[in-house]
Amino acid sequence: MNLIAQIEAEQIAALGKIIPDFKAGDTVRVGYKVTEGTRSRVQNYEGVCIARNGGGTIGASFTVRKISFGEGVERVFPLYSTNIDSIEVVRRGRVRRAKLYYLRDRRGKSARIAEDTNYKPKAEA
Amino acid sequence: MLRSGVIAKKLGMTRLFLEDGRQVPVTVLQLDNLQVVAQRTAERDGYTAVQLGAGTAKAKRTTAALRGHFAKANVAPKRKIAEFRVSPENLIEVGAEISAEHYAEGQFVDIAGTSIGKGFAGVMKRHNFGGLRASHGVSVSHRSHGSTGQCQDPGKVFKGKKMAGHMGAVRVTTQNIQVVKTDADRGLIMVKGSVPGSKGGWVTIKDAVKKPLPKDLPLPAGLKSAVSAAPVEEVAAEGGEA
Repeated sequence: MNLIAQIEAEQIAALGKIIPDFKAGDTVRVGYKVTEGTRSRVQNYEGVCIARNGGGTIGASFTVRKISFGEGVERVFPLYSTNIDSIEVVRRGRVRRAKLYYLRDRRGKSARIAEDTNYKPKAEA
Repeated sequence: MLRSGVIAKKLGMTRLFLEDGRQVPVTVLQLDNLQVVAQRTAERDGYTAVQLGAGTAKAKRTTAALRGHFAKANVAPKRKIAEFRVSPENLIEVGAEISAEHYAEGQFVDIAGTSIGKGFAGVMKRHNFGGLRASHGVSVSHRSHGSTGQCQDPGKVFKGKKMAGHMGAVRVTTQNIQVVKTDADRGLIMVKGSVPGSKGGWVTIKDAVKKPLPKDLPLPAGLKSAVSAAPVEEVAAEGGEA
């Protein structure tokens, strides 16, 4: 492990965030801290995770897509951001791709993702 | 008040997440066995400076002349040597090892390094020229520079005209870079933003010339005490294996 990877691993451990096991295709609810003037609150953003980027580095991020008032909205969240209050998996999806960019061209029925009914949590290493 | 700078190795970039939600892009720089190799004094040399050496070089690959120079200072052979002008009261003893605490968090520094070489580059890449049009009769020369001057008067191309040529691999100084974090145990300095050069390259760090110095900086330098010297060497050895 080089020193940069070591520093990043230490920082990830120091941040002590609980990241659930989720992948592209899962529906997630992200609690994001929003500061308005002096007071801050947590805003929920729920949608389909269509991509995860960055692997095990501190710069890892994930993209969440949802249809808001008939318009497709995508948000990219840094996985280890201190602005993220919580990440919650709402539904496990069964997909055959790591990046679901094809959903951008689809609407309604064809944009559905089948539920993964036999999801098994990863064994604790 | 001129204080010595340091020689550091660029390890790469990462980011830091702060408690208030901000994220800061940082470059990680490492002080690797940074020791004073020689002094320059006004009586002997006409100016005052310290010569620092960093890294480790194999003794058998060091020239005899340099071996003698290192032996005189009683330090191990160094990979990189640089001189820093200091005021006479800030001269550092030969053999002293400088630690990352030489710089305070939040302080501004100037960092110089050799930029990444781009080879022979055209004017669009090298000088941000606009090039020629994509259509309207332009053929072959879409990325060319166009005209280089006037007509029979002056009848020549002026010196310094921006043209294609070798780009990069020159010494570049970036001023006013903020020190975000220091780690004295591993000899790491994290600075905000980018630094010239490639990973593994050597850079020199100096106090910023265009910003006031913080008051509580260590003078003449942030030195490692003999007690903390042993564990630091262990960490450096681990870094070499990885």
